[in-house]
Amino acid sequence: MGDGNSADAPLIELIGVTKTYGEGAAALQALRGVDLRVEQGEFVAIMGPSGSGKSTVMNIIGCLDIPTTGSYRFRGMAVERLSRNQRALLRRNYLGFVFQGYNLLARTSALENVALPLLYRGESVSRRHAAAREALAAVGLSDRESHMPSELSGGQQQRAAIARAIVTHPAVLLADEPTGNLDTHRSREIMELITTLNRDRGITVLLVTHEPDMAEYARRIVRFVDGMVESDRPRMEPA
Amino acid sequence: MFWNTLALAIKEIRRNLMRSFLTVLGILIGVAAVITMVTLGNGATAAVSERIASLGSNLLMVRPGQRLGPGRDSAGAPPFKLADAQAIENQIGGIKAIAPTVSRTITVVHLANNWSTSVVGTTRDYFTVGNWRLAAGRVFNEAEQRSGKAVCVVGQTVRANLFGSENPVGSTIRVGRFTCEVIGLLVSKGQASMGMDQDDTIVMPLRTVQRRITGNQDVRMLLVSVSDGTPTSVVRRNIESLLRERRHITASEDDNFNVLDTREIADTLSGTTQVLTLLLGAVAAVSLLVGGVGIMNIMLVSVTERTREIGIRLAIGALEREVMLQFLIEAVVLSTLGGLAGVLLATVGSVLLTRVMEVPYLFNPTINILACAFSAAIGVIFGYFPARRAARLDPIVALRHE
Ligand SMILES: Nc1ncnc2c1ncn2[C@@H]1O[C@H](COP(=O)(O)OP(=O)(O)OP(=O)(O)O)[C@@H](O)[C@H]1O
Ligand SMILES: [Mg+2]
Repeated sequence: MGDGNSADAPLIELIGVTKTYGEGAAALQALRGVDLRVEQGEFVAIMGPSGSGKSTVMNIIGCLDIPTTGSYRFRGMAVERLSRNQRALLRRNYLGFVFQGYNLLARTSALENVALPLLYRGESVSRRHAAAREALAAVGLSDRESHMPSELSGGQQQRAAIARAIVTHPAVLLADEPTGNLDTHRSREIMELITTLNRDRGITVLLVTHEPDMAEYARRIVRFVDGMVESDRPRMEPA
Repeated sequence: MFWNTLALAIKEIRRNLMRSFLTVLGILIGVAAVITMVTLGNGATAAVSERIASLGSNLLMVRPGQRLGPGRDSAGAPPFKLADAQAIENQIGGIKAIAPTVSRTITVVHLANNWSTSVVGTTRDYFTVGNWRLAAGRVFNEAEQRSGKAVCVVGQTVRANLFGSENPVGSTIRVGRFTCEVIGLLVSKGQASMGMDQDDTIVMPLRTVQRRITGNQDVRMLLVSVSDGTPTSVVRRNIESLLRERRHITASEDDNFNVLDTREIADTLSGTTQVLTLLLGAVAAVSLLVGGVGIMNIMLVSVTERTREIGIRLAIGALEREVMLQFLIEAVVLSTLGGLAGVLLATVGSVLLTRVMEVPYLFNPTINILACAFSAAIGVIFGYFPARRAARLDPIVALRHE
């Protein structure tokens, strides 16, 4: 698959990525030339005002979308040259995505929702359920596994969505405002969970957040403004 | 993957039970209609063939008058005489038996019971020609035949109406103005088929009927049984030329009699019912197609309704063909369920309708399997387009769908 797939290539590399929605007069440039490198094992927070292109760049990194121009390389592979199915396989095998909306399947229990990614990995029912229970326990939702999304609070849905993203033990966890609907206490729990995953399992984390408190958990903060990277710096260590 | 997808499809169908049922209704009715039509048609064909066969095998029916359909029967054409039958028997080869007949509908009486039935005057050969067998007693002998004795052999329907369950042999019945001894009882030819009851008959020597009922020497019909191995067409042609000669018909004149070949009638009639079966089956098949369009419609609605779900599945790594398979299997499961329910309905419907129509119920495995396979195929064909549409969705667009 692809070219330049070498061991020393960065895990994630965006080179001059632009993204334009629509055409002609209605065209809207959501990204205007983004360069970004993320190495294996990093914990990056992406911040920026609303509409600055954070979700757009996350979709591209998550292989859900491709750049209009420029190149996105995942482990040195040019993702924009891959077919739809190849990108689906990348998502299936390497990426865990927490969407900005919760995007759980309606009328499907929390357990089944969390187990869903394993279905497409061809795991047996018992293994799917065991792993899903483990993931639900990790986000503190063990007692809600048979509840439907409509029977869960916003925060619980958000946690189920996180459980679904980590159930496959992905190489990269992409989280678009995972704590947007949680109270401070729950938010901290989630962030600690993500930090643990990053530290203990070596999962690379990219996290979009509005809250500086949450960004404090990351070791690097990338700030977007108007479709461009305004600043990219390591988190200031508290003195 | 396949079993998971199947389980998923069944779950989805159960989730929308009412809608699934309504979707399936089109296929159900289509399949039931096709199977019922074909089963009824086959039953009717069988009934026709059975009735013709029970008339006798390799049978030719010679009647006066031109063969121009019913109604224009023997008007004006001279009837046959016994001598015609004898001439055919003596001069034409390949004939197993020939029975001259004359019949009349007459009321017969036994004690307090009376019954109107068809009295047939004929020779002993009649029983051979018509495949009649005796349940009791005997048929009339040569002497009784020659002298025109008042003896008769009765059919089961006549027996039932005059004697109930008693044995009629040895009793006497009143036929019109004379008394007649019952000497034999015929074996039933089976239940009435297509409205005519062959067991509703009394058979007497030709002479007896001519003398005591019709009052003339006329013979109305010659029944000729052709020997096995002799083509009926050859015998038929020979009979035609012999009769033309005997009836002094010149080369320029048409026949004033006609020869019917029962096999030919059977072929014509069963051919007609088969064409009818095919036609009804085809009409029913169109309704099956309409059912397929119904499935496509609902699947398209379902894809739109579940756009978000499809987006989620694609986003977490489902391949196009996996999403496609999911919707395709859903369509096929729906249509196959419809097919199976249709088979069930058709079986019940066919059994009831064949009873009402008095035709035999023949279970036809081919049409049942075919209808099921066809309904599954309809699921594939009409499910393909919606399934492909689902699989081709852009995950991002689908996720944003409200
Ligand atoms: N599918 C789309 N079609 C058209 N325009 C879009 C589409 N998706 C995003 N945009 C536009 O692109 C710009 C960047 O959107 P994006 O969702 O990346 O912002 P964001 O930084 O995630 O904002 P927020 O913090 O509110 O989530 C916005 O102006 C948005 O209107
Ligand atoms: Mg966003």
